[in-house]
Amino acid sequence: MRPFYGTELPNGLMLGTAQYPSPAILQAAFRESGAAVATVSLRREGTGGAGQAFWQMIRDLGVHILPNTAGCHTVKEAVTTAHMAREVFGTPWIKLELIGHTDSLQPDVFQLVEAAKILSEEDFRVFPYTTDDLIVGERLLKAGCEVLMPWGAPIGSGLGLANPYALRSMRAEFPDTPLVVDAGIGLPSHAAAAMEMGFDAVLLNTAVAKAGDPVAMAKAMARAVEAGALAHAADPMEPRDMAEPSTPVIGKAFLS
Amino acid sequence: MSTIRVLGAGVAGLCVATELVARGVEVELVDPAGNPGPEACSWWAGGMLAPFCEYESAEDTVLRLGQQAKHWWSRYTRVTEAGTLVVAHRRDHADLRRFASRTERFHKVDAAGMRKLEPDLYGFEHGLFFESEAHLDPRKALADLSRHLAGNGVGICREPSATTADQTIDCRGFSARDALADLRGVKGEMLVLRAPDVSLTRPIRLLHPRIPLYVVPRGQGVYMLGATMIESADRKRITARSMLELLSAAYALNPAFGEAEVLEIGVDVRPAFPDNLPRVRRVGSTIHANGLYRHGFLLAPALASAVAELAINHIQTEFADDCLAER
Repeated sequence: MRPFYGTELPNGLMLGTAQYPSPAILQAAFRESGAAVATVSLRREGTGGAGQAFWQMIRDLGVHILPNTAGCHTVKEAVTTAHMAREVFGTPWIKLELIGHTDSLQPDVFQLVEAAKILSEEDFRVFPYTTDDLIVGERLLKAGCEVLMPWGAPIGSGLGLANPYALRSMRAEFPDTPLVVDAGIGLPSHAAAAMEMGFDAVLLNTAVAKAGDPVAMAKAMARAVEAGALAHAADPMEPRDMAEPSTPVIGKAFLS
Repeated sequence: MSTIRVLGAGVAGLCVATELVARGVEVELVDPAGNPGPEACSWWAGGMLAPFCEYESAEDTVLRLGQQAKHWWSRYTRVTEAGTLVVAHRRDHADLRRFASRTERFHKVDAAGMRKLEPDLYGFEHGLFFESEAHLDPRKALADLSRHLAGNGVGICREPSATTADQTIDCRGFSARDALADLRGVKGEMLVLRAPDVSLTRPIRLLHPRIPLYVVPRGQGVYMLGATMIESADRKRITARSMLELLSAAYALNPAFGEAEVLEIGVDVRPAFPDNLPRVRRVGSTIHANGLYRHGFLLAPALASAVAELAINHIQTEFADDCLAER
């Protein structure tokens, strides 16, 4: 796995921390899955430090914390939230999310590039939530990002990898950049597919938090991520149109 | 038997005092705020006795013990047994299916059934009707309980008396966080509207991936709209966004809510433990009864009976830390 701003992660599972039935279940999901990274939002809980109890619980998970700017619609909001996140969690990591459309929650890639530039210049380590557009990816790298997080499908949709071709192109176009499929993962098979393509990690929240048994689903996701990563490293076979027998047919008894 | 002091006259304290009095114990009920009022987070509650709806995202305990609440409350206050109607817009039907798959004791309602149940609901084609659920008016229920206690010689004192009590039951909700390190606040924001043009007869829950909302009729065109759930201990202010979301969701139920008069804006925090289940915890001579989370009226009767068992008969029930840890 490629390191994220110099940090080697033990695995490629990044889990969100919203929408769980209770903090106790959230903690169990992290414990049982061994997820490497916890994303956490500050926007709504933030005011006046009143979210301290919850944030402390996130810190106590003992995993890497990736604060996010979820819910931000403008560069200014996102930059302010990033500052707050750095103060609260003492990390330069920030998942930069700039929503461009309230219904589809599609990222506003123009503002994203602008905010990424500002934050990178202020020594943040930016993880931009972006589309699968190669040119936007290019611009984000130029703006100082060293990680890209293209969507699999819209946030919370659980549709999986809506455009596998675009994600494969992205992997091929940015061979040295750590890439994370962020958003849209609904099932472990989606997570495995992303890892099989050579993505370095997947980031998901709803699929686990809203499952009937979040802890079991978190475990399933962890295993899928591990299987996908192993499969990618194992150099999988190429699919082909014709059958290819795995044992030779010549020499077999044919008079039967 | 000697006196037991109960701290806090919110829903927890009042129920505990009632259960103790029912067992013949002498009770001193103390709350610096006096009679139940806006200082208690139960003042701002929805008052839904909806164990089956809550079960969608809560533990078995909530379902099992919550079912006792309706009968308990009807001994002391008016309980309206009109059921709960759960609806979702067409694009969110997956949420309705998921809700249905995770709970029980409801029947599906189509557009015609919906019109029959709630003619003033606007534009919903599918719903779930939880016929056995009920609701009450929280402020009336708190007042009725304190009246019942007063009738039994238990008034609410603003300060503890000079006499020492044998045991203290701490029911101070979030104010007890100085003594309970694992207690946190979960912020809730709500509105009370007067919408005489809207006629709804039972609690309506609108499922939405981002803005779930419920409306509880209080009678005479008054509706309680609730409630946000935010991991924050801020109990002072409502955000513009929350208000916008609450009102938009109400508007989606019936556009006539757009003409409603805003009577109240309520903000408070629900006291909660990490698993969002209540606790009865003994620390020295104090028993803490806390962490009712969003289930104040639903679980306070069961919590109160657990407190009484522990205080009088020294029997640990399932709200004890040990029992909860073993689940």
